[in-house]
Amino acid sequence: MASPIGQPRIRLPTPIRVGEVIEIRSLISHIMETGQRRDQAGAIVPRDIIRRFEARFDGELVFAMDLAPAISANPYIAFPFKVEKAGTFEFSWTNDAGEERKLTSALRLT
Amino acid sequence: MAIRATRRMTLALAAGGLALGLRPRLAAAQLAAPTQAAVDRMRGTRPLQEGRVTLRAPNIAENGNTVPVNISVESPMTASDHVKAIHIFADRNPTPEVATFHLTPAMGRASADTRIRLGQTQDIIAIAEMNNGELFMARAEVKVTIGGCGG
Repeated sequence: MASPIGQPRIRLPTPIRVGEVIEIRSLISHIMETGQRRDQAGAIVPRDIIRRFEARFDGELVFAMDLAPAISANPYIAFPFKVEKAGTFEFSWTNDAGEERKLTSALRLT
Repeated sequence: MAIRATRRMTLALAAGGLALGLRPRLAAAQLAAPTQAAVDRMRGTRPLQEGRVTLRAPNIAENGNTVPVNISVESPMTASDHVKAIHIFADRNPTPEVATFHLTPAMGRASADTRIRLGQTQDIIAIAEMNNGELFMARAEVKVTIGGCGG
């Protein structure tokens, strides 16, 4: 049983102007179980991680990340983006079981 | 790979490092066998060049469970000249692969941030893969007070 993928959070800076390179910050609650730990009975706790993060802008993939167990619990991921126009971001986080959590946020120009 | 540093080079670097508190390490210094194998799988026969990549991480991490890292690469990030991927390895973790970032020209700048787990004091390695296939490497040591692999 995969652990639940918690609430994702995205932070876009304000104000946003065309031509600017902004930083997009993301955070999602997840245990990121490494598969290296043993429980009290000595059995290995099975690996259960977010293994893929994707950011799309108006449907185009702009940034992605493949995660390994060495990424901390509640993965924090930040990356730059060059603003050319207003549009919609779609972010997705996928776990080892293939379950996906999505979040969309609008990029509005000032 | 595995270019052996000469004794003189090693001493010079050590002295320089002590004097200035510099952390960037000789990129060609030996890696642990599993890390070397993982790097070789990624690079194939391509050489690792130095420069262009900046790897920022704390000198000392009190808690190995969450160590902030930032990688940035000098690149115009245009369609014809950009960073395609950044691969992160931790030399002495149970598995050396940490993350791969996939970049596109739409980002405008080649950079990424995350937080990683380090089981012990060790080197982190960042390798940037350009769209023409060239590879650039940076390396930094993080001293870990409490390991982060929850063993």
